[in-house]
Amino acid sequence: MSAVLQTRNLSKSFGGFVASNNVSLSIQPGARQALIGPNGAGKTTLINLLTGFLEPNSGEVFLMGANVTRLAQHQRVKRGLVRTFQINQLFAEMSVLESVTLSACERLGLGWRWWQPVERHLAALDAATELLATLRLLDVAHEKVRSLPYGRQRLVEIALALASRPQVLLLDEPAAGVPASESRELFESIARLPKDVTILLIEHDMDLVFRFAERISVMVGGALLAEDVPEVIARDRRVREVYLGEILDG
Amino acid sequence: MTLATLDLSPLRRGASWHQAEYAFWLVPVLAYFLFPKSLALLSQIAITALFCLSLDLILGYAGIVSLGHAAFFGLGAYAAGLLAKYGWGDPLTGLAGAGVVAATAGFITSFLVLRGSDLTRLMVTLGVSMMLYEAANKLTDFTGGVDGLQGVDIKPVLGMFNFDLYGRTAYWYSVAVLFVMFWLARRLVHSPFGLSLRGIKQNVTRMQAIGTPVHRRLMAIYTVGAAYAGVAGALLTQTTQFVSLDVMAFSRSAELLLILVLGGSGCLYGALIGTMVFMAAHHFLADLNPQYWQFWLGAALVLIVLFARDGIMGMLRRLPALPTRTKKSR
Repeated sequence: MSAVLQTRNLSKSFGGFVASNNVSLSIQPGARQALIGPNGAGKTTLINLLTGFLEPNSGEVFLMGANVTRLAQHQRVKRGLVRTFQINQLFAEMSVLESVTLSACERLGLGWRWWQPVERHLAALDAATELLATLRLLDVAHEKVRSLPYGRQRLVEIALALASRPQVLLLDEPAAGVPASESRELFESIARLPKDVTILLIEHDMDLVFRFAERISVMVGGALLAEDVPEVIARDRRVREVYLGEILDG
Repeated sequence: MTLATLDLSPLRRGASWHQAEYAFWLVPVLAYFLFPKSLALLSQIAITALFCLSLDLILGYAGIVSLGHAAFFGLGAYAAGLLAKYGWGDPLTGLAGAGVVAATAGFITSFLVLRGSDLTRLMVTLGVSMMLYEAANKLTDFTGGVDGLQGVDIKPVLGMFNFDLYGRTAYWYSVAVLFVMFWLARRLVHSPFGLSLRGIKQNVTRMQAIGTPVHRRLMAIYTVGAAYAGVAGALLTQTTQFVSLDVMAFSRSAELLLILVLGGSGCLYGALIGTMVFMAAHHFLADLNPQYWQFWLGAALVLIVLFARDGIMGMLRRLPALPTRTKKSR
């Protein structure tokens, strides 16, 4: 099977610090894959390289077989590669409905329409309300994003990404900072996503990772250390030493 | 299906005309009858309001700071003046021509303005306007330099309304152009395009991550803003039949920024009300004390930036008695 997202020898360094070292990663269509590794392992840098937020020093990124290394971030989004952020990147002064509608407008190619008011573009509104219903955000549709509790802001973060109708979704610690009671609900919404959406998840909570992922990649010091199904990863001695060991000992 | 179950009225509130807006647009009509001897000043207010609207579009909505917006105002003013001087005296097509000239300049300079931080943008816009100012100063054969551009002969509006000595035609013409341009801007800011500009101002990183070509959007609104400023400049030329070098002066750009902050940026009425308050205050304070009136202006500016950052419109919005507010709090 051909990979939906693939990197070839992707490298990036900041000054003397190598954040990404020859990473060759390959993700199959429909995968539920997790990317784990200790702090500073280069997970977020990898996402930034995949999405075009950062430019690699060398190496290539392929999306559905096409080389997208030179494409800008927004062009990759148009091709179905969408991310969420570890630290919320929201439209604080807009209502929840407005911000998700904005994202839907961009996907539907309505972003240049300047004559009709937003609420006349029913396709975008419809897509947005549908998403709010799925993520149980309808009751705060008209609240300003800024005024929501953090857990629900995290849901808006995901809603903005989903409104772009991703084929490949990169979730950068979606549950970070969310109380345990709410993170469960959050992961249920993620689990309910259509099966043909490929998901790469960065997460620190091992419970969540092993519950969610069908495949796990482990990163250490900017390089890929191992990749396999969860059972094998859990038994892998190197992984236990550098990563799981920390948790077990600590 | 889900859409039908959600109350969309909060979303519609912005785009449909509010009662207070109809009332607002009665003000220029009333002003005509109340101050028939001050029509020149009132025309100036309408023109400056249009100019301020253009800055609001790029700064208030898209977040592009500019200290050189008078460059486009001046280009429009000179374009309209030169067109009229060399035989094209029809006002409406003259306005359009001036708008196109300013828009072209806006489009070209937008490449410079896109990159960098706010400070870079301030300096680039300032630098561009300084260069244009000195060019206009130097090209005396063309612009008249410090003596100004003379011999601007404007034909009647629509071939019917002559520009009269009392400034009646000039006033109604300015107000009409302001209203039409305002109406277009109002449509723009409530559209998906307008929403995407607000998105860019609030979070550029996220806009790129939802697939927005941010640079192209910013170039588009910068071009539109330049066109608006150019039309405002052309209005000044046509209603005064003269172009002075200070249409491009730094003080005009700085004053405009001040007016917008005073009125409240990111709100079209902030630009209009800010201009009305500023020009009226300028008029009365300068009457009271011609030498030191700027003292009070400075004091007002400091107070606003410290205690009411969203300007007069922000203060109005915080008034407790607004009907939309009470409805929401229930």
